Formats: sequence, structure tokens, C-alpha cells
Amino acid sequence: MAVAQPRPRPSNPRILVEHRSAAAVEDTPVVFEIGDAAVYYGAFRAVRDVSLQIHEKQITAFIGPSGCGKTTMLRALNRMHDTTPGAKVTGKLLYHGVDLYGPQVSAVEVRRRIGMVFQKPNPFPKSIYDNVSFGPRVNGIRDRAKLDELVETSLRSAALWDEVKDRLRTSALGLSGGQQQRLCIARTIAVEPEVVLMDEPCSALDPIATARIEELMRQLKSQFTIVIVTHNMQQAARVSDRTAFFTAELDSKNDQRTGILVEYDATAKMFSNPADERTENYITGRFG
Amino acid sequence: MQLFELRGRSHHADKAFGWITIAAAGLVLVILGLVAASMTQRALPVLEKMGPDLFTSSKWSAAEDHYGLLAFLFGTLYTAAIALVLAVPVSLGVALFITQVAPRWLKKPMVYLIDLCAVVPSVVWGLWGVLVLSQHFGLGRSFLTAGIILAIMITPIITSLAREVIETTPLTDKEAALALGATRWEMICATVLPHSKGGLVGAVMLGLGRAMGETIAAALVIGSALGQITANPFAPGNSMPAVIANEWGEADDLHKSALIALAVTLFALTIVVNLLATWIVQRGRRHA
Repeated sequence: MAVAQPRPRPSNPRILVEHRSAAAVEDTPVVFEIGDAAVYYGAFRAVRDVSLQIHEKQITAFIGPSGCGKTTMLRALNRMHDTTPGAKVTGKLLYHGVDLYGPQVSAVEVRRRIGMVFQKPNPFPKSIYDNVSFGPRVNGIRDRAKLDELVETSLRSAALWDEVKDRLRTSALGLSGGQQQRLCIARTIAVEPEVVLMDEPCSALDPIATARIEELMRQLKSQFTIVIVTHNMQQAARVSDRTAFFTAELDSKNDQRTGILVEYDATAKMFSNPADERTENYITGRFG
Repeated sequence: MQLFELRGRSHHADKAFGWITIAAAGLVLVILGLVAASMTQRALPVLEKMGPDLFTSSKWSAAEDHYGLLAFLFGTLYTAAIALVLAVPVSLGVALFITQVAPRWLKKPMVYLIDLCAVVPSVVWGLWGVLVLSQHFGLGRSFLTAGIILAIMITPIITSLAREVIETTPLTDKEAALALGATRWEMICATVLPHSKGGLVGAVMLGLGRAMGETIAAALVIGSALGQITANPFAPGNSMPAVIANEWGEADDLHKSALIALAVTLFALTIVVNLLATWIVQRGRRHA
């Protein structure tokens, strides 16, 4: 991927990435290879023509206005649409070269490798310990010591251990929103997935809790490939290595708004020197 | 001035509304109290004559003016228990199938069919039991035949309630479990069942109440044997409402009083069952 050096644009208040060198985005191995992907809900085409590559141990952000299909695309990556009646995914979605929607592929196996953190913190109404150990348990780990260890390392990785180590047996619902979301991250990484998908993980959180999650994401990047959907452009600029900008276009034939991928590039380039005018308009706040 | 008047009027309307609702709620309690009082009063003669024997004796003889209801109490509980053992797994299975497994096009017809079963008059079920279960399948008139008929009758009710309760499981909980690599069954065990526990107990208890109170279908297939207390499900027996229906027409004074005592006992039993259900449901909620 050819990446141009960002040029300074002092008139643009949204530039937060000028100090970063675009060349810093390494071409790590490709995890997801997506070509001409589309997702339908019944006859309604929610997003179309998505082609991009997601790289290992990097943070890829999907940004764009409401209804642009970014969350829909994210959920296609771990087959969460399987549970939505009428939803259909078409096009090429390869995970390490394997067709995610191939006839031999089990959605359960896919989700064990590709975890997900949701928009609203959604811990189970169980204890903190049981929340984190749920994934390892359904994956067949029964050994108490091993579970204890996984719970601790996962909570440490999610920067939550010190806050909850004395109350592991109490209900997860007693935690604050930010703590709950970090618990959900701990719960996800306890399964030891390769990829963590995050669907607007901070949209229900206050700025301080948001900052902690962002800091956490930067740390987790060394172990996991992260794909994050965010409404918040500054967040994408702050944490991501690559950014995909989606928008919604009106289809004149059937009057439906369908999401499309406008541009995908290194984050530094996207926020300083985007190739597409629509991207530029969006990140400078003229639209969306 | 006008504003003041407006405010005054709406205040009166509010008060009136409050009193109407209180009156409606009070009326229900008053009716319930009157029923209990007048029934108990008419049951007193037999209680005076029989003393505690009324509840501890299984001998029921109008000719000897000896009335002990133990056998009927046993028959009621035994047939209701058979009905629950048969109906609960089926109801839960159907409810889970409709809510979690069935394709969208099948859901509505299934729900419609189940609801249709609930409106079949009980005398039709009773006659069908006589013709098919007793005669064709040779089960005779017995506890088991009555239990099966009661099971068929309460299955639609339990299914309907269970389905509604199960459908209130938050999608976010279910998705969280699936995203951790849980299979559909693991997801159901981890989220749907714990979430619905209280409501499911309530549904079962309501089915139990219905099974204990069912009169005409039970009267047709239970066999109308007097004094029968046996664990043999193929033996003919009797239940409290069936006895009342069968004997009321030819009963004289003390016999009538004895039948009313049966009714009061049944009434008390259903109240106990419902209180127990409420207690279990609330305890379940506190633990969640």
C-alpha cells in the first residue's frame, strides 16, 4: 500500500495525527482479506462493495456516519449475522485464506478465534469470576487452577485486576460502566482469540473511562488484532493504525440507503491527506 | 385564573381515577373473601361431624355419612404431578424451539397452533381421552390417563408463558455468549434459562394450578374409584374437582357440605401453590 507523507494543514482543526509518520504502518501479515463483500437484511442491502485487508496486531478503525454499514460489516467478520433471521453475507471474506462462510466452517469455531466487544457493556448477571471464566469453560477448560490463572491474566490484561481482585465473587453488575466494559474485554480475551472486534466500545462511557479503554487497546495491540467501529473520529485518529471510511449512498433505483466503503488507508494519511473528497468532508466536520 | 381552574379540574380527575382503581382492586379482594367465607361456613357441618378425620381418612361413603377426602387429595396431587412430569419438558422444548431454533416462517404458525390447543374446551379433551387413550390404547380410566390428558391441556399454557418469558432475554446477553464461542445450547444454558428462571417457575406453577383444578376432563377419564391411594398409575382413582362434579347432583345435606369442604380444600391448595410460586420467583430474582 503506497502511503504518502502527510502534509500539514493548519486550517483543519481535526488533525490529530500529524506528528505520526504514515510510514510507521507496517505491512504485517494479512488476517482478513475482504473482497466485494455485501450484507443483506432480507431484500435490503445494508452495505456493499467492501474490499479491504486487515493486518495482524494492528488496530483497524471503521468510521463513518450513522447507517453507513460499519457495524454491519464488523459483525460479518465473526458471523454474528448468523443469528439474525434473513441476514446474508456475500462476497469474499477470507480469514487467513479460509472462507469464513465456507460450507465446512463452523460459526462457533470462528467466534472462538474472533471475539467481540459490544457497544453497551453486557456482562452476564453473574459474578466477575464467572463472567471471565465463561468463555474458557465453554471451550472445555475445567481445571480450577487453569481457570483461576486465566481469570487473573485476563483481568490484568484488561487493566481491571487491581480494582476487582478482592471481589471476584460479587456480581459483575455492581461495577461501573467503564469497569463493566473492561470486564467484557477481559471476558473476550480470556478465550485467547486472535482477533478482537469492538463495536463502538466507548459510546456508553464517560471521557475518563473512554481514555482508559483507548490506553488498553494500545496495549492489547501487541497480542491481538483489533478492529474497532467508532463514531468518534478523534478516537480513530488516536488509536488506530488504519482507517476505513464508510458512508451511505442513496440508491436511485429503490430509494434505499446502502453503506459503501469510500476509502481505506493508513490512519495518518486518512486524517491528513485523504484521497477522496467525501472523506475529507467527513473528517473536517463538514458532513455527518 | 383559567390556568388555576384547569389545574384544579385535573387534580379532581386524578383523585377520582385513584379511587376508581382502589375500588376495583378492593372489589376483587372482597369477592375473594366472600367466596372463602361463605364456602367455609357451608363446609363447617361436615368438619364438625368428621373432625380431623375429614382430612386423614380415605373412606368416602354417602351411605354411612362418612367423608374422608384424603384419597381425592392424593388423586389430585398425583394426576397433577404426572401431568407436570410430562408437560414441563415438552413445553420447555417447544418454547425453546419456537424462540431459538425455528426459522422465521415457522414461528407464527407454531405459536398459532399452540394457542389453538389452549382454547380447545376441556370436555373435548376428556372425551378424546375416553375414546382414544382409555379405549383405543387400552389405558382404561386411571391416574395415568387423567395425567396424560391434563398434561396435554396444560402444555399450551406453559408453552405460551415460557415463550413470552424466554423472549425477554436481552439480545445483548445472547450475543455475548455466542461471541465467546458458545454453541446455541451453551448460550441457552448460560443466558436464556437463568434469565427466564423465575418466569418459567411461574409458568409451571400456573400449569400446576390449572391441572389441579381441571374438572370435567379429569372426571371423564380418572375412573371415579373411591378411596384409592396407590402409586400404580394404571389404577382408577379420583380427584377433588371430579368428585364434586360427579356427586353434586345427587347429594343431600351433609354430603353437599362434604363436597363444599373438598372445594375449600382445593381452593386453599391452589392458593398455597401460588404463594409458593411467588416466593420461588422472588427468591430467584434476588439471586440474579
